[in-house]
Amino acid sequence: MSHRLPTGGRRIDRSKSLSFAFNGRSMRGFAGDTVASALLGRGQTLVGRSFKYHRPRGIVTAGPEEPNALLNLGRDKTFEPNARATTTELFDGLEAASQNHWPSLEFDVGAINAKLSRFLPAGFYYKTFLWPRSFWKHVYEPFIRQSAGLGKAPRHRDADHYEHMNIRTDVLVVGGGIAGLSAALSAAESGAEVVLVEQTAHWGGRDRDAAEIDGKSAEAWVAETVATLSAMPNVKMRTRMMGAGVYDHGYVLAYERLTDHNPDSSLPRHRLWKIRAGQIITATGALERPLSFAGNDLPGVMLASAVRDYITDYAVAPGGRIAVVTNNDDAYRTAIAAHDAGLEVRIVLDARDAVETPLIEAMAERNIRVAFGRGIAKVTGKGKVEAIAICDMAGDGSVLEELRCDCVAMSGGWSPVVHLWSHLGGKLLWDEAAAMFRPDPDRAPTGANGAAIVRTAGAANGDLTTSAALAVGHAAGQAAAAATGHSGEVGSPATAADPEEAPMRAVWNMPANAPYALRSKTWLDYQNDVKVTDVELAAREGFESVEHTKRYTTLGMATDQGKLSNINGLAILSQELGEPIPAVGTTTFRPPYTPISMGAIAGEARGELFQPLRKTPMHDWHDDNGAYWEPVGHWRRPYCYQRTGESVEEAVNREILNTRDNVGLLDASTLGKLVVKGPDAGRFLDMMYTNMMSTLPVGRCRYGLMCNEHGYLSDDGVVARLSDDTWLCHTTSGGADRIHAHMEEWLQTEWWDWKVYVANLTEQYAQIAVVGPKARAVLEDLGGMDVSAEALPFMNWADGELGGLPVRIFRISFSGELSYEIAVPASHGRALWDKLRAAGERHGMMPYGTEALHVLRAEKGFIMIGDETDGTVIPQDLGLNWAISKKKDDFIGKRAQDRDYMTDPYRWKLVGLETEDGSVLPDGAYAAEDGVNENGQRRMEGRVTSTYYSPTLKRGIAMGLVLRGPDRMGDVLEFPGVDGTVTRAKIVSPVFFDPEGEKQNV
Amino acid sequence: MSDPVSALQGRSGGGFVRVQDAGPQGMITLRGDLSGNGFQAALKAATGCVVPDATKIAMGEDAKCLWMSPDELLLLVAYAEVGAVVANLEAELKEQHAMVADVSDARSLITLSGEDGEVRDVLAKLSPADLRQSACAVGTVRRTRFAQVPAAFWFEGAGEASVVCFRSVSEYVFGLLDTGAAAGSEPGFH
Repeated sequence: MSHRLPTGGRRIDRSKSLSFAFNGRSMRGFAGDTVASALLGRGQTLVGRSFKYHRPRGIVTAGPEEPNALLNLGRDKTFEPNARATTTELFDGLEAASQNHWPSLEFDVGAINAKLSRFLPAGFYYKTFLWPRSFWKHVYEPFIRQSAGLGKAPRHRDADHYEHMNIRTDVLVVGGGIAGLSAALSAAESGAEVVLVEQTAHWGGRDRDAAEIDGKSAEAWVAETVATLSAMPNVKMRTRMMGAGVYDHGYVLAYERLTDHNPDSSLPRHRLWKIRAGQIITATGALERPLSFAGNDLPGVMLASAVRDYITDYAVAPGGRIAVVTNNDDAYRTAIAAHDAGLEVRIVLDARDAVETPLIEAMAERNIRVAFGRGIAKVTGKGKVEAIAICDMAGDGSVLEELRCDCVAMSGGWSPVVHLWSHLGGKLLWDEAAAMFRPDPDRAPTGANGAAIVRTAGAANGDLTTSAALAVGHAAGQAAAAATGHSGEVGSPATAADPEEAPMRAVWNMPANAPYALRSKTWLDYQNDVKVTDVELAAREGFESVEHTKRYTTLGMATDQGKLSNINGLAILSQELGEPIPAVGTTTFRPPYTPISMGAIAGEARGELFQPLRKTPMHDWHDDNGAYWEPVGHWRRPYCYQRTGESVEEAVNREILNTRDNVGLLDASTLGKLVVKGPDAGRFLDMMYTNMMSTLPVGRCRYGLMCNEHGYLSDDGVVARLSDDTWLCHTTSGGADRIHAHMEEWLQTEWWDWKVYVANLTEQYAQIAVVGPKARAVLEDLGGMDVSAEALPFMNWADGELGGLPVRIFRISFSGELSYEIAVPASHGRALWDKLRAAGERHGMMPYGTEALHVLRAEKGFIMIGDETDGTVIPQDLGLNWAISKKKDDFIGKRAQDRDYMTDPYRWKLVGLETEDGSVLPDGAYAAEDGVNENGQRRMEGRVTSTYYSPTLKRGIAMGLVLRGPDRMGDVLEFPGVDGTVTRAKIVSPVFFDPEGEKQNV
Repeated sequence: MSDPVSALQGRSGGGFVRVQDAGPQGMITLRGDLSGNGFQAALKAATGCVVPDATKIAMGEDAKCLWMSPDELLLLVAYAEVGAVVANLEAELKEQHAMVADVSDARSLITLSGEDGEVRDVLAKLSPADLRQSACAVGTVRRTRFAQVPAAFWFEGAGEASVVCFRSVSEYVFGLLDTGAAAGSEPGFH
């Protein structure tokens, strides 16, 4: 049984006891523990259930590769699923719960799936649930969702906050082990700026396993090197920061965990670093591989290196009686560590033929039994390791001996962490002797200049010795610095004398001729329950590509992304296919290296900062006066101003009637305002607009249409000529930036020789519309400008002072009323608004919002970009031929509008629609015709584009695009509703109110 | 005439770096042929500034001239002087193709002050610009983005940065800077 050892543990502080809870049970651990070490220290070996068969699962690793020990952490606002116990540092008060069990971890009904495992082969879901289709939704899916799934999705708002950081550096070193430190040191000595990041809280990695460096312990060398680097001004070092992904041009994402080990919601929890590095060195180490023997998924079967980590780093014994099974020398270090910690090492099973090396000789000194050419036939036990059956490695699993033990430390060799190398397209080569994929230095990821931009060192490069880690790291650091233009003098690399080790032996099946009964109990992917027989079956069924096999069997598709299972799985596949491993290849390594929080990706973008909210100078007044907000682009505009006890609908109707009868006030500041100036400005605007702008006299305004090069209507607005060579173009509120870009694009790419400058002055001015029969009286009360019909006729503008403020008044109307739009510098916008309200009070002035604006314009038959247009509508469809110049040789969209599809008399065109019963047509409703089309659908002959209740006319009004609409005045169309009813509406003129335009022209 | 009101109305905030609305600031967009003799002479006559090199700032007696693009400059003058400077520029540039536009009210100016590296750290939380001293010394201006909106910044001196953003998003940008400067969140990088 796992337990805490009385002494030792270089990472823990026994003077600081921490309390935590697992599945509601209170436990204690020490500062410096991970949740995994604390659980093992309390004898908790069962930590979860597998995804498919609900098999009991224990801790396998001591690092980020952990497939099993995934826990729910925290509760409510700090709840987080799928936290790896092996990388979660313990803190006082931590709450953890196991996942994927029902009703309890110890007793799980889903485990019955395991009994049915022969009926749940690879691709089971694809094969079984194809038919009948409705069963997916109602039977299979709910069942699968109930019984499967790992962590729960959080239900509460996250209490924590997050941020980003953008930095640049010459050299980024990922991994703070011996190789990474060596690389950082030489790069820094060369004079480069260096950023060194380490995912754990500690420098040095597994330095306690390393040979002596420069005559001192590796741990002492690490401490010295860290001190040296810390003192260098050109070096930045950060722990708890994982290199998550490497992208084009040296862009790297790194994930810093600031408060996970010590929660404090006042501080950022995670910080996502966006690093632009000149050169990248991946010193990311290697992951040990499991061995494939029957029962290798029982709690208590662990990686040999992890067993060693728990003993030496955390003073935790994963078991009292340990069996080691290996195909290499390294696992002997685990036997030594366990023995020296006072644990019983029952046996070392070495799959190789007898070899003699110093590590193996150390067994004899300790009286540890070593058996060569032997392996494990199977592990037995109920929910935990109780015994192993020993067999001949070369045989079929016939049991030679049974041995009781409570922990199996296995080592199938090492897989370099090539993830970051591979993200940017670095290629791998298969090292037959070490049975590993390692980075191919001749096919490194390249930067913008075609030269290598990523280098690698240490175990990540497949160099498993201390001396190679130092030497290759040093060389990589120097080369990376040189590639960024830094070639200062560097010290010679540190050296180490590694003990001699015998070659490993690749072992993919244990024993070599394991029969089906054993192979079907041999796990490759612990988290997704993929066994050796599943991959074999996939191969037999024709899945030759490793990528297809992965998806068919789900091998490596769990949250650990196959860190333990990939190589073992593809080796089985290669055996089945009879192809060498490099021919089968690996699946694709994709970022992030391990999962990063969604919060870190969002960064500061939450709450008030989720999205930029654009505010006009009058925004606060609106907010204080009942504004019911509507998003318009990133702006917020008042939809209407609700009074106490008033519904939205009532407010809209009140605002409309008051504007028609008295006077209304509209914040129109969001309208785009582009100034276009230059000797060629008139010619340019004649191209931009369908109508003629060059002939517009100074002082006058003209309504204009803009199309894209396909002829479709893109934007509209009033253009005012400010001077001989200057025009002011109003755009729609949402269109300002787009139209500005549209103009710049044509000027910069097509007419670069035209002398025109464009400036977007949208935000320089607040703009206020004073609208209604009493508008002139209000302005006259305010005083300062002659706004009479004679001095300022319709479609004219004038500069002046109104109530002491500098203004430009445009006499334009989007409502059919007497209307003045008044522009004022934005910093006086609120002042003008207040003055107008004060002056308007005795005239019954009320502010109105965007909905009243919409209804007012619809009553007049004015189109709205985005309602009457949708990117497929040309001005001719809308009866706007009067705004299309026939005198001009060209304008953007002209040729397109001549295509026969555009001139087809059967295009749907704009008309007004009046319901027979006065009701309001549903928005977007289609007019149905008799018969069906070639797809068997009801034929349609038109659709509603705008529909409102008109308080002025006291009935529903609508506009729509109808087949030959303008030719069919008086026809009645049928609009079927979604509720089965049909609304009948008559085709009428779209101008419902004051067709002569008498009201605006006074 | 009422006093001009900046979008942030003098707001201040921040933690390890101080964040302050600078209030109304005269700003003039100037577009033209920056390399032309006539343009350079007109700029000098109207503001005392020379045309700055790309990404740099030129100083006049009462004006600063910031490089914005190959054909655009941003002039900073006292808010009350804008009308006069615009008129001077328009008069000086009368004979050539150029554009002068008052954009004082279209923008907000926010200042950051603190320890130089910490000011850079706050900016680096929001902008992908290279904030190393070597790339962004006093006298350099960067057009960039802060989180989701466009912005520009420059250093007036060590630990003194100025940020310009569009007026409508002033509260968003102030919120970004205020949050980024919250005590305890020092990245300690630059």
